[in-house]
Order: sequence, then structure tokens, then C-alpha cells
Amino acid sequence: MKSWIAFWNILRKDMKNYYLKPPNISWGIIFPFAWTLMFFIRSQSSFDVLSILPGVVSMSILFGTTSMLAVTITFERKSRSFERLLLAPLDLNLLMLAKTTGAIIFGVLNAFIPIVFALFLTDLSVVNWFAALGSILLMAVTSTFLGLFIAVSVSEAFEAQTFSNFFRFPMVFLCGLFIPVPELPFFLRPISYLLPLTYGADILKSSINGSGDILPWLSFLILLCFSVFLFAFSTKNVKKKWIY
Amino acid sequence: MIKINILEASSLTKKYGDFTAVNDIDFYVEDREIFGFLGPNGAGKTTTINMLTGLAGITSGSVYLSGVNYTRETKKAQRLMGIVPDESNLYDELDGFENLTFCAALYGMEKRKREERAGRLLQQFGLAEAAKRPFKSYSKGMKRKLTIAAGIIHEPKILFLDEPTTGIDVASARQIRKLILDLNQKGTTIFLTTHYIEEAERLCHRVAFIVDGKIVRIGTIAELMKEVQQETIVQFTLDGDISQLMQAVTDQFPNFTTEILGENMLRIHSTSLIPLMPFMKFFEENNRVVFEAKMIRPSLEEVFVKVTGIELGKMKKEKEKKGAGGKK
Repeated sequence: MKSWIAFWNILRKDMKNYYLKPPNISWGIIFPFAWTLMFFIRSQSSFDVLSILPGVVSMSILFGTTSMLAVTITFERKSRSFERLLLAPLDLNLLMLAKTTGAIIFGVLNAFIPIVFALFLTDLSVVNWFAALGSILLMAVTSTFLGLFIAVSVSEAFEAQTFSNFFRFPMVFLCGLFIPVPELPFFLRPISYLLPLTYGADILKSSINGSGDILPWLSFLILLCFSVFLFAFSTKNVKKKWIY
Repeated sequence: MIKINILEASSLTKKYGDFTAVNDIDFYVEDREIFGFLGPNGAGKTTTINMLTGLAGITSGSVYLSGVNYTRETKKAQRLMGIVPDESNLYDELDGFENLTFCAALYGMEKRKREERAGRLLQQFGLAEAAKRPFKSYSKGMKRKLTIAAGIIHEPKILFLDEPTTGIDVASARQIRKLILDLNQKGTTIFLTTHYIEEAERLCHRVAFIVDGKIVRIGTIAELMKEVQQETIVQFTLDGDISQLMQAVTDQFPNFTTEILGENMLRIHSTSLIPLMPFMKFFEENNRVVFEAKMIRPSLEEVFVKVTGIELGKMKKEKEKKGAGGKK
């Protein structure tokens, strides 16, 4: 019970200090807004809106979560305030969950910006919301833990950004959002299947426009495995690198 | 009164690959004492503190804090300690009150209790008026005071203070020293590292000197002083020129060595205790007024230099340079 007081206060502080700051709110809105506008202007009919929606939602989640978490953690490490958290009588797993929950919420909120836009442009009654929401949540969790993995691997905020892009851009192009995975060159396909975004985007495609290639339950399971692996690996790395 | 050891470290060792940062050290900290941990840069002070607080793993040895085995129950032990690092590490965007309540929440304190305690500490530390100001607007001294308040908000059994007065102005440093003494008088055990030897001398009950990862001396201030105190020295300050009186002093007190310091100051040296009354009587008979008679004691600084062979000035300069440039 006492640990949850700490958990809640870390989350509340992060939301107030980082995620709900005016620059981040505006960035969180402008970024998906720009993606949405770019694709929607290009699309000619309501059918196109549905075909591009999974991609825009996926990118909003990926870029929102990885950027914020990697930067906030490296910033706190640099100012040594992260040490205060490490020295608190709080289980390391719970501490890392508290630090990542804010980014997960931020990612989920980002995902709804293109969805709100799409509501005005097309009929979304065909969407399987249960699967779509599950996918949004799991994608936010996986992308956040990817951000955590990046944060633990670098020491400066600018390194976090550079390292994030090293993962994010190949992921965007190889996850089947622009070119379906089966249509990718043969040698690139195995890489696609190693990327968590491939599975999240595929569930979204299945639930929004029915164009997914992978069984949704399998994608859920793989995303879950990615989340557990990235979280466990990052936490282990925190112990190894930050508890000298 | 029975003395209880609140912290016991045995054969504590920390290795980084082939390098041994802390080499098989043993010490204890008694309940309600101020224990000083002194040493030059790279001696192993920070590594020891990191091991004691949980920021560094222990290669070998054991630490017991209030009976809790630190290696096995690190988190339980962390609940019993407060930590004040050498640089304030609170949150710039939060105000003083929010910083304190947040730190209390990390220890699982209920909302009402943490708000009450934060309010009381802000009063006690003279920061009540700045409670709603963001931490980033605080002066260095205020920041350090709030960091100490954050370290004790959960009422720890032992408080680790790392260089609490480095890099702050004289007035703030004095206030902080007073706060440390007040906290100790109210029952908080304090583990203090400082490079100001005179500060350790003034505040600490016992002191350990660490050099090259090994504790080279440990004891009460009086015990450590004994090592360099090979003779008793009494210094008299009189009216008028003392040189005319020197021959008479030597004749009257042949068993003591005399030394003139300036025009009106005289020092008497002896390997045994020096009785004051015969001297006072002698000066009175010679129509001299005694303004001051004091015993000259060796300083802890002399003990440190003798034991470690380290130049203190060099050590201070290194620390101040490090403090000015920020922690590397």
C-alpha cells in the first residue's frame, strides 16, 4: 500500500512536470496533427482515411512515447534527481513502472488525436474498437519501454534523440505501414518481423480496415513478449549501470 | 549509559575490476552521534557512502543498519536512512513545499502527515516564506537547507550528509552547522563527510580518516588529538613588553621551556601539566596584568596531516575546484 503512494506521486509529478507542460501538450497535438493533415490531404476518399489511420495512429504513439521518456529520464539522470528515486525504499520494478506510466498515458492520448480527426472525415462504425484500443495500449507500452531501453543506454538527452531515431525511422518504413510486409524485398522481411511496431500496426489495420496480415491474437502475444523483454532488459541495465 | 551501534560495517570492500576502491574497512556509528568520515579525493569516501546508501553494490563484507542486514534487505534499510548528497538534487520545477511532500511520498507517508511535516520543517529551516517559490529560484544555501529537510522528512534513524557546507556562503554554512547540531541534539544520528577538518572537529563526536580505500585512524576527537599532543602549552597575554621579564621567568621556572610570541605573548611548554597559579602569582609580583591565559591544543588538522601525510591546502583546493566545476 505504501509503495503505491510513492508510485502515484511519481506518476503525478511526471505528468505535471513533463507531460502536461504547455510545450509538450502543443508538441503532442501538433505532431500527430501534422501527420494526420499530411496524409488526409493526400487521401481522396473516406476509404483512404481508413487505410491511412493505422499508420498515423502508430507513428503518433511511437514518436510521442519514445521521445518523451528517453529525454525525461536522461534529464533526471543528469540533474541527479533520479538518484533520489533509486535511493527510496521502492522496488526497482515498481519505480520503473511509475516512471513509464506517464509516457504510456501520453502515448495513448496522442493516439486519439488522429482518431478524433478521422471521426469528422469518415464513418468509424466499422472499427473493432476492442482490438484497436488493446493495440493502442500495447503499442504505447512497448514504445515506452523502447524509450526506456534507449534512456538507459545513453547519458545525454541529445544522444537519446539520435539513438531513438536510429530505431524509429527504420521501424516506420519496415513495419508494413507504407508497404505491406509481404510486399517488402525478401531480405527485409525478417527485419520487419523483429520490430514490435509491425505487430501493433497490423492489429490496428485488422481492426480499422481489415487489411492485417498476422493473426491478431498472435500479434497481441508477440507485443506482450516485446514489452516484458524490453522492461526486464532495461531494469536489469538500470541495476547494472546506475547502481554501480 | 549503554551505547548502541546503529550502523556496523565489517570487512567492507568494493572492487571495480582489478581496482579496489574500498579495501576491507571496519567501523561502527553509535546511536545519536555525529560520525565524521574524512579523506582526500579518491580515498573511497563516496564509494563507501554509495555502498552504505544503496547506490553501489558491495563486493564483500557486511553492513547492518539498526539490526537490518543491508545486503539482504536493502530496501528495508533504505527506509531507515536519510541521504543528503553533495549537490542538491531536488526538482527545479517544484516549489519547496511540493519537493518536501514528494520526498515524503517516496517513503510512503500519508498525505496529511507529509503536509504537516513539510510545513513544520520549512518553519524549522527558516524557509516558510519561500515555500511556494520554485526550487530553481532558491539561493545555494537555501537549496542545501531544503535538501537537508528532504533528507529528514521521513524521520530517518541515520542521516548521511555528504559535504553539507561545500560551495555555499559563510552565513549559510554557519546556519547549516547549527542545524546539524540541532538535529543531532534532537536524536538524529549523523554520518558526515567533509573536507573542512575544522568543521569535523567542531561537529563530530568521532572521526575516521580514509586514505587509498583504507581507514587509517578512527576515534573520538580527544583520542586522535592525543597522537600529536606530546606536550602541554599554555599561552599568556600580558600588558607591556615581555622581553625584560624573560630572564626572571626562566630563573623562576627552570623546569619549563619558554617562548616569546610577539611583544606581549609568552608560551610555556612542558611534557607534564602546567599549573597556572604560580605563573599568575609571578606576573602579579612583577606588576604585570594578565589579559589572557589559554591552553594551546593541537588541531584535528595537525592530526590529519600527521596520520595521512597529505597536504590539507592541496586537498581543499582540489575539492573547491571540483565544487565549482560541478560533480564529475
